Amino acid sequence: MEGRPFNDISYERFLSEEKLMGSRCQNCGALFVPPRTICIKCYGIEMEWIEMKGKGKLAAFTCIAIGPPFMTKEGYDRKHPYVSGVVELEEGVRVVARIEGVDESKPETIKIGTPLQVEFLHRGEGENLITFLAFRPS
Amino acid sequence: MRGRRKLGRGVAMVGAGMSKFGMFIDKDSKYLFAEAFNEMLSTVDKGMDPKDIDALYLGNFTNDFFVHQGHWGPIISDLIGLTPKPATRTEGACAASALAFREGVFAIASGFYDVVLVGGVEEMSKRNTEEVTQGLAMAAIPYEVRVGFTFPGVFGAMATAYFAKYGANRQHLMNVTIKSHNNGRLNPKAQFNVSIRDIMNQRIEKAKNKGDSIPAWRDEKEFLCDPRANPMVAWPMHLYDCCPISDGASCVLLVAEEIVKDFTDNPLYVVGIGQGSGKGLHAKEDLTYFEATRYAAQEAYGLAELKPEDIQIAEVHDCFSIAEIIHLEDLGFFRPGEGYKAIEDGLTRLDGPKPINTSGGLKCKGHPVGATGTGQLVEIWKQLRGEAGERQVPIKDLRIGAAHNLGGTGGTCTLTILERR
Repeated sequence: MEGRPFNDISYERFLSEEKLMGSRCQNCGALFVPPRTICIKCYGIEMEWIEMKGKGKLAAFTCIAIGPPFMTKEGYDRKHPYVSGVVELEEGVRVVARIEGVDESKPETIKIGTPLQVEFLHRGEGENLITFLAFRPS
Repeated sequence: MRGRRKLGRGVAMVGAGMSKFGMFIDKDSKYLFAEAFNEMLSTVDKGMDPKDIDALYLGNFTNDFFVHQGHWGPIISDLIGLTPKPATRTEGACAASALAFREGVFAIASGFYDVVLVGGVEEMSKRNTEEVTQGLAMAAIPYEVRVGFTFPGVFGAMATAYFAKYGANRQHLMNVTIKSHNNGRLNPKAQFNVSIRDIMNQRIEKAKNKGDSIPAWRDEKEFLCDPRANPMVAWPMHLYDCCPISDGASCVLLVAEEIVKDFTDNPLYVVGIGQGSGKGLHAKEDLTYFEATRYAAQEAYGLAELKPEDIQIAEVHDCFSIAEIIHLEDLGFFRPGEGYKAIEDGLTRLDGPKPINTSGGLKCKGHPVGATGTGQLVEIWKQLRGEAGERQVPIKDLRIGAAHNLGGTGGTCTLTILERR
């Protein structure tokens, strides 16, 4: 784990291993998810990997009826919208993620502040395997 | 910021023009620029010889993707007979031409050039909605695209955070749309120059003529609440919360203060310019404002030595209805959490104390992305010179106007302040 570079490829690879990982600045302790190579607080460049507990709450969301091609391929459309959101983690940082297990047909009932638990959505196979970061109500 | 910003010498706007914005299946974007250029020439009070233009700065965002041509500077330069003068393309997503404007101001303020043409051009309508969505996503934050966010989705998410923090709701978004259309109805250059009530009545008339059941909408809000008339795009953004896909071009002429009298006795001076950059949703300090706008505003107000209350009219980047509410707060016109109330109280109407988006805004006028920034300045030009016709604001001694342009999902924001004196 220690040897992996602090970049998006490593972040994605961790997701496929069902780990939500960030980088922590060894100089000032600032935490970044997804990881950063340069600390934007103190400009330190010594980072360490740290795993998130995967618990948080909903900070913002949207329910998308007209999505990009890779979402329509999963079967989402105007009649079957999906939810994307911003999740505030217990560790104090935010991530963007897909939100599962909420009633997308009644977006007005989805509440900001809803407690959430991480979930890893694996799509495709072999070299085409992609893991999406997701959360659902805990 | 270290010390106060200043310009090396004064810069004034002495001409402004735009094409009609809309969907033009039979026109290439460069001919739209020719229209804008010809109109600009006709607005220079004492006339001008285009051969006097020292340089062109041109904003464009998506033509690489949609038209498979990226090298627009020299193409436009040749079109309007400026070669071999230098032509530079600027890219700032939907703020591309505001950046062109800034470069033009810097080029004159530095003393290098005296006469500079700045503008923007965009061609979007010959692609389907899916392709346009994909093209615009070139300006989105990759982490957001990965988990399914679209442009309306990012603004929709910010709206849910804003609603939760300040107690606003969809009805408040509708106030923005209704006002934009009331203004756009009076703008012959607008893509949709009809009010929401006009659209509603047309729909009722159509249903009557076809013998269909007649919709029971009593007012604009009932129309906008009906999912058949106004379907959801990305909660809480619905069709009428979103600006359209548009083609168009716009340009303005900038000259050094020393030679302004050769062009007009009624110039607009560039008194404030500001630009900021912002982070993605996950890294923002707060989901209810744009840090890039706040920074741009601080820079522009500082240069102009003006306060938000000194701005008499403004065009703001209402790519989505919630954006207009947030911009009014970020620009300091109203306190955070008060923007939606100000709109509800009619303060930003054409006849209100702080008219906003008198052109109809991006929602009605259209949003050919690279042409929007200087397009907003065309409206400020008309208003400050008393040439806005039916939509002229009734403010006495109208002298100071501003335009706020936003690129991407807030990655690039600008504020330009113009003063007639």
